[in-house]
Amino acid sequence: MAEQPTKTSRKSEQGAHAKRRDRPPGPRFEMRISTKYAPHEPSEGKPLTCTDETSLKPDQLLELYRYLKLTRLVEERLVNLYRQTKVVGGVFRSLGQEATAVGTAYALQPGDFITPLIRDLGAVLVKGIRPRDIFAQYMAKAWGPSGGRDLNIHFGDMGKGFIGPISHLGDMIPVMTGILIGARMQKKEIVAVAYIGDGGMSTGAFHEGLNFAAVQRLPLLVIAEYNHFAYSTPTSLQTACRDLAEKAAGYGIPSHIVDGNDVVACYEVTKHAADYARRGGGAVLIEAKTYRRKGHAEHDDQRYVAPDEIEWWEKHNDPVDRFEKYLLEKNVAKQDKLDEIVSEVTRAIEEDCAWAESSPLPEGEKAAYGVFDNSIVPPAFRPPVLEK
Amino acid sequence: MSTAVKKEHRSARPERGGPATMVEAIRQGIWEEMERDPTVFVIGEDVGAFGGAFKVTDGLIDEFGKERVIDTPISEGAIVGAACGAALMGMRPVAEFQFIDFISAGFDLLTNYAAKCRYRWGAGIPAVFRGPCGSGVRSGPFHSLNAEAFFLNTAGLKIVEPSTAYDAKGLIKAAIRDPDPVLYFEHKKLYRLPRLREDLPADDYIVEIGKAKVVREGRDLTIITFGAMVLTALDAAEELEKEGLDVEVIDLRTLAPLDKATILASVKKTSRVIILHEASRTGGIGGEIAALLSEEAFEWLDAPIIRLASIDTPVPYSPPLEDYYLPQTKDVVSAARKLAAY
Repeated sequence: MAEQPTKTSRKSEQGAHAKRRDRPPGPRFEMRISTKYAPHEPSEGKPLTCTDETSLKPDQLLELYRYLKLTRLVEERLVNLYRQTKVVGGVFRSLGQEATAVGTAYALQPGDFITPLIRDLGAVLVKGIRPRDIFAQYMAKAWGPSGGRDLNIHFGDMGKGFIGPISHLGDMIPVMTGILIGARMQKKEIVAVAYIGDGGMSTGAFHEGLNFAAVQRLPLLVIAEYNHFAYSTPTSLQTACRDLAEKAAGYGIPSHIVDGNDVVACYEVTKHAADYARRGGGAVLIEAKTYRRKGHAEHDDQRYVAPDEIEWWEKHNDPVDRFEKYLLEKNVAKQDKLDEIVSEVTRAIEEDCAWAESSPLPEGEKAAYGVFDNSIVPPAFRPPVLEK
Repeated sequence: MSTAVKKEHRSARPERGGPATMVEAIRQGIWEEMERDPTVFVIGEDVGAFGGAFKVTDGLIDEFGKERVIDTPISEGAIVGAACGAALMGMRPVAEFQFIDFISAGFDLLTNYAAKCRYRWGAGIPAVFRGPCGSGVRSGPFHSLNAEAFFLNTAGLKIVEPSTAYDAKGLIKAAIRDPDPVLYFEHKKLYRLPRLREDLPADDYIVEIGKAKVVREGRDLTIITFGAMVLTALDAAEELEKEGLDVEVIDLRTLAPLDKATILASVKKTSRVIILHEASRTGGIGGEIAALLSEEAFEWLDAPIIRLASIDTPVPYSPPLEDYYLPQTKDVVSAARKLAAY
């Protein structure tokens, strides 16, 4: 299989900004490991697995495996609930791109922040959000973290470093810049990860946010997920750049391309970028090459996808299969150990799903609360003329 | 982190109280809040070394440093988004739009992020978004906006606009201490108006958000207004007094949430109403207040409600055009005469 050469940060670092007069000398961004990414073409040689170059210990590798399976199985459970009409809105899958979310988020420390996209459920779970919250959110239940006011992963948990996205793509990049401005004033040495896709990078908010973060030299890692589609629109209609990583040059920040279906490589690149950012290097753009195997949401029949493309990715470049092969080949675990992890995850999911299903829907009047701090501004009840 | 230029002089710390114009009152308010609370910081275009286009933030960077007085790129989306993020971290940002006209470039993050965060997941955004608004200063279509109506239909944003130096200081302090996002509009025509210069108290005070003020009491007719139009209304009231008409003037001060109690109490007393504002008539706040009165004070009204607002055009530049665009004192006087004749 023809593999493309790794695109390192070097090119973007040697631009006009290398000698900016007011930029203090900081650490250089140089990847120690070479992470190659697999292009979309028939596999001829050895089946794909994951990179050998890792500092992860066996128990960490197995934890990664657990999160990968957890992500996939939570989504499968959501599809079941959707088909039973228990999900009020749509279900958005990350099938085939779970490694990007899981591997990158796993590289962070507890105080660090993430803001995911809808297809980064894996990152949300790695940050410690429980599947029961996700189920309750999708089913619009009262016990969900937003009490039925918003959908899916549109909520947050500041204590866990999770800030949910809004539907307007790109908006979270400036918000995360603000998180880091706040942290800097509070002398907290944290990094923040903002996920974005090939579509979201076309927005003005993305540009404004990343430009500001770069100017302020804030430790913001942007994970750009090249998954080939934004709803039905191919990446070629989003940008004239061949790689999303090319855009980093426009902000004077380093970038790196990683195989988004190699969970170990995603971890290593993000870990390295996080270390660099934490040391004062500033923002980094990481492009993860992956593929969205499901439609935009469950209703989408994917008529715009070339024949056999999805099947190719499923057969030759599934991130979970690749990591399983890796774990077995490297003797990190035997198959029965992996099976045991899957049974445990399945049990946990069933328990959480049952809990969420047992939650009532919210009472209608609850809609009136919480626009403002209600100790100052009263709830927005219906006007008396509508009441008996 | 770096600011544009090294400043030669250092602007003095404002007095605590004392005689002040509106712009000095706002500067005092922000300065005192930054001294009182280390989480308060300023972010915007040219707010640092330059001290802001209207000098509202003059001298802050020397006193509080560039970490708390942040010059941004020309990026209103970044300003609003960053203010939201920092507010989530427990900070209290005071974000400046160089002119309120540019708030449109931050509209998405204001209406979708700042306004909805508490409702969606209980995370309040204690941020102030402020800037110079208003027409009548010959600045044309892009430096004269009154933006309140764009935001009235968004739940989750408080909107205030002072018309006196005292209120300006009290409201900026209240806005900074408020747990929710506040849009703070400053009429640029009032910034340095000698007529508004007044002695401010030396002690700390706030003007509560959500409270209108009866600035002139009267029995015959109520003019509901805010911002620079308060002065127009007061001028008209003085002229009408000579004709024996006793006019009450309400300065709303807070546009969202509206102080219904003060509005209704006044209308129930006078039974005649003029709603006066600078923004264009169609879809303006006047329509909202008129609807409120129709629903809740119908039986007290003796005459139709009159809306006096600008015509439905962009704000024109040339003086005769802008004077035609804006409601004038004589328009208020003649509308009041009509109402009184009912």
